[in-house]
Amino acid sequence: MVQVERAILSKNDALARENRGWLRRRGVWALNLVSSPGAGKTTLLVETLKHLQAQDVPVAVIEGDQETANDAERIRQTGAPAVQVNTGKGCHLDAHMVGHALERLEMPAGALLFIENVGNLVCPAAFDLGEARRVVILSVTEGDDKPQKYPDMFAGADLMIISKMDLLEHVDFDVARCIALARQVNPGLQVMGLSARNGHGMEQWLAWLQAQRSAWLLDGAGLPEDALRVEHSPQHGEPSATTAQQAAE
Amino acid sequence: MHEMSLCESIIQIIEEEARQHGFARVQAVHLEIGALAGVEIPAMEFSFDVVRRGTVAEDARLVIHTIPGTAWCMGCDSNVEVRERLQACPKCGSWRLQVTGGEDLRIRHLEVDDRAHDEANSGMEHEQTKQHTAGS
Repeated sequence: MVQVERAILSKNDALARENRGWLRRRGVWALNLVSSPGAGKTTLLVETLKHLQAQDVPVAVIEGDQETANDAERIRQTGAPAVQVNTGKGCHLDAHMVGHALERLEMPAGALLFIENVGNLVCPAAFDLGEARRVVILSVTEGDDKPQKYPDMFAGADLMIISKMDLLEHVDFDVARCIALARQVNPGLQVMGLSARNGHGMEQWLAWLQAQRSAWLLDGAGLPEDALRVEHSPQHGEPSATTAQQAAE
Repeated sequence: MHEMSLCESIIQIIEEEARQHGFARVQAVHLEIGALAGVEIPAMEFSFDVVRRGTVAEDARLVIHTIPGTAWCMGCDSNVEVRERLQACPKCGSWRLQVTGGEDLRIRHLEVDDRAHDEANSGMEHEQTKQHTAGS
């Protein structure tokens, strides 16, 4: 008998820590955007990128999809650097795929990086990508009981955006019930409503992005760079999976 | 179906252990799956059956030990067992539960073919002896 006692996701988690360290060293604040297919992630992202670029905020996008590069094309039309990751049969992004995408992405230091996950409310929940914050998007054309049906995704999110709010009057979506269910799963979850089509809620969302990013950039400011590099070996700049794992244990 | 990726990770870990401990065949893989880990056990079994082919775990049985979900209830200040993320406290009915356990996915241990283990070990010892002789 061989005792193993290892977490099944230990490899993904070690790679996610490497990504997180890599992003931190470049001052890149990363968001993991998750939702079911058709919740409006790409539309929201396109509108968000336009606003941020108008304010001269450097941005970049990693676009996860099973097959096509259509979404990455839509993103590139805004002028933002974007890399497409096709997961093929895979139903989620993992830290390994994101690590490779980071190598390919031409991104200015200090950028705001959006990682658009594969449309799926189940599988992406288990995979840390190295992001700073996770945002779940739920549209009013879906059921208001989605937080009850897919609790893991809502349990792991920092912010829930209720999207397509302009359609609310045409559907049976109980906003208060949806929020109550989501907060039963995750009492600390922040919530906002938004319509990318008519722009309602956009300002609040942009303000959230800026505030969260500023707080993250300030975290650790003034400390020597080494103080923030616990997960990396002291002699070498490049992270190693073993030291990352040891640091965590 | 992230169970497929989980099973691929399991096989990777087993192959690392096989290299480290020198066994060539795994008879059983014991997993601990938390009740709140978001894993469907039938999907796990199906995926394992697919990914084990052509690996050291080709003939391995999958033994799943389910770990109950636990939570701390802010309503009655006690630790309780929970079946799912969204439920009320079984003691006081409060919804203010904070999950404390049952989210983990772990490989607990492997049952391996000892014969292969011994052969591999004696092979390694043999290597070491040779090196030692060459060095002296």
